[in-house]
Amino acid sequence: MNPILRTFGLAALGALVFIAIGLVVPAWFLFTMTKAVGFGLVALGLVGLLRGGLLSFGQGLYYCGGAYVSGLMANWAGVTDMIVLLSVGCIAGGLIAALVSPLVARYRGIFFAMLTMALSMVAYGVLTKIAAIGGSDGFNVPKPTLLGYHLAETGFGLYAIAVVIAALAAAVCRVHFDSGLGLIASAARENELRIEYLGASVFSVSTRSFILAGGLAGLGGTLNGVALGHVDPFFSYWTTSGEMVFIAILGGYASVTAVFGTALVTELVRSFSGQYFPESWQMLLGIFLLLVIVFLPRGVGSMWAKPAKNHAIRSIKEPAT
Amino acid sequence: MSGAVLEVKGLMKSFGALVAANNLNVEVMPAARLSLIGSNGAGKTTFVNMVTGYLKPDAGQVKLDGKDITRLPPRLITRAGLGRSFQIPQLCEAMTPVDNILVALEIAGDGGSVFRPARTKGSLDRAVEMLERFGLERYAGRPVNELPGGVRKLIDIAMSLASRPRVFLLDEPTSGVSTEEKFPLMDKVMAALEGERSAVIFVEHDMEIVTRYADRVLAFYSGEIIADDAPDEVLNDPAVQKYVTGTAR
Ligand SMILES: Nc1ncnc2c1ncn2[C@@H]1O[C@H](COP(=O)(O)OP(=O)(O)OP(=O)(O)O)[C@@H](O)[C@H]1O
Ligand SMILES: [Mg+2]
Repeated sequence: MNPILRTFGLAALGALVFIAIGLVVPAWFLFTMTKAVGFGLVALGLVGLLRGGLLSFGQGLYYCGGAYVSGLMANWAGVTDMIVLLSVGCIAGGLIAALVSPLVARYRGIFFAMLTMALSMVAYGVLTKIAAIGGSDGFNVPKPTLLGYHLAETGFGLYAIAVVIAALAAAVCRVHFDSGLGLIASAARENELRIEYLGASVFSVSTRSFILAGGLAGLGGTLNGVALGHVDPFFSYWTTSGEMVFIAILGGYASVTAVFGTALVTELVRSFSGQYFPESWQMLLGIFLLLVIVFLPRGVGSMWAKPAKNHAIRSIKEPAT
Repeated sequence: MSGAVLEVKGLMKSFGALVAANNLNVEVMPAARLSLIGSNGAGKTTFVNMVTGYLKPDAGQVKLDGKDITRLPPRLITRAGLGRSFQIPQLCEAMTPVDNILVALEIAGDGGSVFRPARTKGSLDRAVEMLERFGLERYAGRPVNELPGGVRKLIDIAMSLASRPRVFLLDEPTSGVSTEEKFPLMDKVMAALEGERSAVIFVEHDMEIVTRYADRVLAFYSGEIIADDAPDEVLNDPAVQKYVTGTAR
């Protein structure tokens, strides 16, 4: 069977299973899972960047961009249809990434991480100053609809949409990572000089991963803006971006599904310890991260996704002579 | 026109006060087997690096098939039909030889596509076939950073040949390779190029290799080409014996 069709088939199956699960779990859990999908989408984009050797500490910018653009569209144009809002948010995230990519895609390592973070903090600062869109308070996002139907209060409708989006995004990323272009991106992480001397542009490879990550972050931002019913500049704050990095590293880059699991665990740890041991949830997350690093150094996803053996460690670059 | 596939005219390069390339002029015919010799620091690598776009020359021109490639970035020079291997192999270290070759074949093909999986039966067969041409099939599944020097050199060369360059430059293909392995390595490289009509330019310190595989030799000394002729002529040239091979008495 065509591997691309197989991937999408598996994704459809997975989506059905999770939609069925959604029918039996309590409403608070639906909400937590929906939010986890939002974070997981951003982390999935980071996984794509990580596979190409890039770590962004500023994905909050595209997450926030998607949330703001779709949220403003819902408020100002009265469009509340989720299909439209998600498409708009995704395009907004991807476009912002495309706009900044000429600036950032030629950098590597710590420079790339810091530059992306700086850009997200600039956006945070600017958004807190614009009173017309709520300044630092942000604004509320109207209740969503789907094809004219109001999405139910229990959150099942939104959850089902989130599951479908997650499955689609995971399938698209799987196909991309396993494709010729995906292999070239992993190769660029290993040896940029070699890639250039084979005739490929490392800059285009990075730009592509960066725009894809921006689009996914925009999707995640739209979903979470609608789920929370509110967006504010904190979406672009560096701690938000840091959390996405945390989720992505926990998931590892072997798998495209692990990030949704680690996003859910992160959310659960946060809400439970927030309830029972306030101020110490970061410590619990820290312990969780330690355990993963010690026992699953390639991330939680390496338990079920195997091709990581080819992409395990970044090599030390040798100089050309 | 001369019919040369590669034309180098008046190439100059200085590093501060040091002149590493002083007015280099070379024409290379298709299917030529050209060896560059010279003592350490004579300017051989500088020449290779300027021709392949790794270094920008201060002056001069490089033409491939009549097309000016002088200041193009490496990837466009590669796409124009010029390939190179490296003195220190440039590989994707954590990947297997098969994956390294797959990467090279993807880029040499259409540059990779999202809609075509990297690992199909067809692509894997082609990669293994490529490894077989170099006698490397038994290393196929191990990460390249665990492989011996000679094997790494050959993978580096195999990757560079995926694009079937019309001019192929090798910087010291046999350095770091044991004496017994040198001839087999060169035999494999030359066999892989059989019937390709590529011109081959290789930097070499071992005169036995030079006389066996080259049909023309350029001797470098202090940034200049001091001899350019058939191997026997060049190796019997008194200046070459004095400054390059050290066989003058
Ligand atoms: N990037 C650089 N910066 C400064 N000097 C350089 C640079 N590259 C080369 N040189 C100098 O230019 C001269 C020519 O060097 P080159 O590497 O071309 O020599 P070579 O003939 O390849 O020698 P070897 O046989 O040792 O490889 C040497 O004196 C070298 O020190
Ligand atoms: Mg050299």
